[in-house]
This record gives sequence, C-alpha cells and structure tokens, in this order.
Amino acid sequence: MAIFVFADQHQGTFKKASLETLFYASQLASSRQQEVVAVVMGEMNQPQALADLGKYGARRVLHVDAAWLNDFDARLYALVFKEILTQYKAELCLMPHDFNGRALAPYLAAQWQAGLLTGIVSLPDDKGCYQKQVFSGKATAWIKLQTERQVLTLLPNTFTPQLGNSQAQVERWQPTQVNAQQKRIQVKEVQTTQGRVPLTEASIIVSGGRGLKGPENWGMIEQLAEVLGAATACSRPVADAGWRPHHEHVGQTGLTVRPNLYIAIGISGAIQHLAGVNGSKYIVVINKDPEAPFFQAADYGIVGDAFEVVPRLIEAVKKYKGIS
Amino acid sequence: MKILVCISKTADTTAKIAFTPDQKSFLETGVQFIINPYDEWYALVRAVELKEQYPDTVLHLITVGGADAEPILRKALAIGGDAAFRVDLQPISIEQVALSIAAHVKQEGYDLIFTGKETIDYNGSGVGGYLAGLLDWPFISLATRFDYNGQTATVEREIEGGREICEASLPLVVSCQKGMAEQRIPNMRGIMAARTKPLQVLAAPPEAQQPVISIDHFALPPKKSGVHLIEPGNEEELVRLLHEEAKVI
Repeated sequence: MAIFVFADQHQGTFKKASLETLFYASQLASSRQQEVVAVVMGEMNQPQALADLGKYGARRVLHVDAAWLNDFDARLYALVFKEILTQYKAELCLMPHDFNGRALAPYLAAQWQAGLLTGIVSLPDDKGCYQKQVFSGKATAWIKLQTERQVLTLLPNTFTPQLGNSQAQVERWQPTQVNAQQKRIQVKEVQTTQGRVPLTEASIIVSGGRGLKGPENWGMIEQLAEVLGAATACSRPVADAGWRPHHEHVGQTGLTVRPNLYIAIGISGAIQHLAGVNGSKYIVVINKDPEAPFFQAADYGIVGDAFEVVPRLIEAVKKYKGIS
Repeated sequence: MKILVCISKTADTTAKIAFTPDQKSFLETGVQFIINPYDEWYALVRAVELKEQYPDTVLHLITVGGADAEPILRKALAIGGDAAFRVDLQPISIEQVALSIAAHVKQEGYDLIFTGKETIDYNGSGVGGYLAGLLDWPFISLATRFDYNGQTATVEREIEGGREICEASLPLVVSCQKGMAEQRIPNMRGIMAARTKPLQVLAAPPEAQQPVISIDHFALPPKKSGVHLIEPGNEEELVRLLHEEAKVI
C-alpha cells in the first residue's frame, strides 16, 4: 500500500507546500510501513528535480508527462489522479491546502468516492483524529474520517521538511481513460510577480496598516522586507483604500498566512485581521498605541512611532546581517 | 442563463468562539449569524450583476441547513435572486452539502454555479470542487473576476504570487473571492420584495444523510504567554531576540 501525493510544479519548479506535503506523507508512511508515491502532472524537462523528490520522502515518482496537463485544471487533474489511484488500489491521497490543492482535492474526493478532510495541521493521534483549524484559526477541531478512501489537504508551512539523501525512482505514467479532448478550461495568461516570494510561501512577512498614513510611506516597509528576505502584506483598509494591491491583503476575507515571522506595523489588530495571521509562529507588533489589540496576540512588541522605529530596525537588521 | 448561488450561514466575524462544556459543539448562545461573507459579497453580488447585464437570467439561491437558516436566505434574497431553496439538513461535512446541492442541480438544471471560496467557520473550501466533481462539470476556484459574453466565461483566478486568466464555456462551477464584486447593502425595496419571494424547502437526498467525518472535540488555542515589549531605540535587542530566542531570522 502506498500514500499518493500531488507534487505540484510550475515550469519545472516544485511548490514549497507540495514538498512539505511529501515530507508529511513520509512521516505518516513510516509509522505504517508504507511508501510514498509522488504524482507529477505536465511536461518537465528536469529529470534530476524529479529524482530529487526522494529527498523529501518520495520512494517513487509517477510523471504524467503530457503537454495538455501543463496548465492546472481541477477536473482534468482529478480524472487522471482517479485513474492512478484506482489502478494502484490506493486508499490515501494527500495534497497541499494551497490554491491548486484546494480545488483538486474536493473534485477528486467526489470522483473517487473518498472522504475529504481539508486543511489538516497534524499527524493523526491514537484515535485517528487529525487536527484542523476552524473559525479562521480561532479554534482547533479534532476530526476523524470514517471512510476507507481518504483525500487530505495539509495546511502550508505546518511541517518543515528534513531532507534525506535518497533518490526517487521515476516512471512515466500514461493515462488511458483521460485525454486532451476532455479539456474544458483554456489558460490564456499567467501573470506572476517576478523575483518576489509569494505571500503564501514566505517565511517572513512585513505587513503595514493604516498607521502608515499613505502609500507614499511604503518605502520603509519594502526596505525592511528586502533586508529580511521577506514578502510584504497589508491590512484590509489599506487594500480597500487602494494604497496596496488587493493580493497583499491578509486577514479573514483576504489571504490566510502562516509564516515563521509576521511583523505588523501600524496595524491595530482587528479580530478579522488576526484571523488571517494567528497561525504565524512569531508575531512582532510595532504600534504607537499601547492599547492596540494586536499586542495581545504578539510575541514581541515595540510601542513607538513606526516612522522612527522602522528605519532603526532596518539598520539593526543590516548590522546583524553584515550589510553596510 | 440559469444561475445558482450557494449560501451558507456562519457566525459573525466578530463572534466570540466558545464550545459546549463537553467540547463537542460550537456554542451558539448569543452569537449573531450572517451570510458567509464570500458567498454574499462576491458570489451573490456578482451573480446579481450578471442578471442585471442579462435580464432574462434566472437566479436561484440555495442553502443546506435548518429552519434557522431561513432569515439568512431572506437577507440574501434582499440583495437579489428570484427564488431560494433550503435543503433541510444540518450538515457537518463538505460532502453532505455538496450531495444535497447536486441533487437539486440535477433536478432543476443550471448553467452556472457560484460558491464562496470557503465558509469562515469550518474553512473547508471544498463544497464548490466537490459539487463540480459530482456533476462532472469544469471547476475554477478562487476567482477574482468573472466575465461572460453570452458564450464564453473569462475568469481570473489567484495562484501563488500572481494570477491566471482562463476561459471556459458553461456549465461551470466557480468559487469566488475578493475582487469579484463590491459588497452591496440591500435597500428597502429589496428587503420588502424578499419577503414574498418563493422559498422552497427540499428534503435532503438519502446519500447526504450520514456524514463521513466525526468531530471528536474542539479546543481554543493556548493563550500567548504575553508580549515581550522592547523599548523604542533598542531595535538591536529585537533583532537579537528574533535570532537567538525565536530563531526565525
């Protein structure tokens, strides 16, 4: 018996959350004497990158090397996956709870007639329950799936892979029941911000709020992010006012992030904002109002004027990193 | 065109989260319930806009829940929609909701189905995909824009660090998020009209009766031990703590 994992790649690069899921699957598999099989969709000309999935715990890689799978399509990917899982008589399939995983997992569960549990953050306990964040991170639920076949999605940035030195055995896998004619969605254009860490993959996030008074003051936020190798984010009022693009909005109705470090500058910490960031491992709050509710959710804080504190913090980070 | 928008009842974003003494269920006492924001602000409002653009569109709303979900459905009807359906079932899992809605879709027939990207209570984000999978329709998730020219839908969806623009014909299931539309406040005319719009109660299909999950218990996150405050001017100390104590830089 094997655990199947969706190893999502874009133009030859595996997504961080997929590698975390492979590692998670290998932890799960070792306690059950099972092996991990990574499934890769679409053309990819880096054989080494495929074999290197072994370092994250994959014993085997099934590469569905077809140009018509280059663009993500939840239905098409699910149909191919279902064929693989049926052929191998699999019972467990894992994928990251990221943009593509959140679409593929439920589609596959419906098609493959499997139980579905999304956004898990733990290995199963003695009762077979998985932990899952509910109420936008304000509580945790212990949930058990009653079905034999299961599709699970793992919340990104929950498990940090420890790299091994195995190489995976790579096989090309050809679907027989699914083909290019079944494609119903055409991807016309992909726009990505070049050279920036995607917010959902960032280990450090520097986020600004209304306290910064206007978009012209974001220079120091970007500078701090740059010296820390961080991504930038913002609160909802900032995105709504058009100071920053909507895709930077973190909070209950925006993105949920779980970085190792979240630095909130000039954000009061409304409950809706906290819901999007309370999975962060460490939170630093910089705010001139000592009563700002964000301080109650913070690990470290500076009560002070951001326009004085942030430039000094940039200098302190530069000094620590040895950047002059 | 016939559009179905899936509506869910959720606890208000500011609701205090608490559980029954046995930790088995969410404590609803004193909690205000709202239309799930993603369903309301993005899915429903965009569907209403499409109906304004194509006036012969039939717009239906559906929820899966008890009678206590009806005020939410009426509130949604005040924003727009011709009729609403409530599948009489208290679901606890994704597939119960999707199976209930799929049974209605197969009977009634639709061209386009909108859901919110997830509910803000159980954060499953699975109903749209599961429903599409049951119907074998194409599914586009996390849409930030949706345009329809009478034949083809052009949809923008969020991906890691960017966006993707894709095209599809109907039928189609789309899960919606911020960007799709702007929030609308129902006006008095809408609220009055919603009172008399048809709201039909449907029996849940047999396949949706039993959930495939069981919730063992809930817990609130452990309290933070308290913030460690650093004096302004001592930013180097903060950097040291982040490096040596938190080990995050």
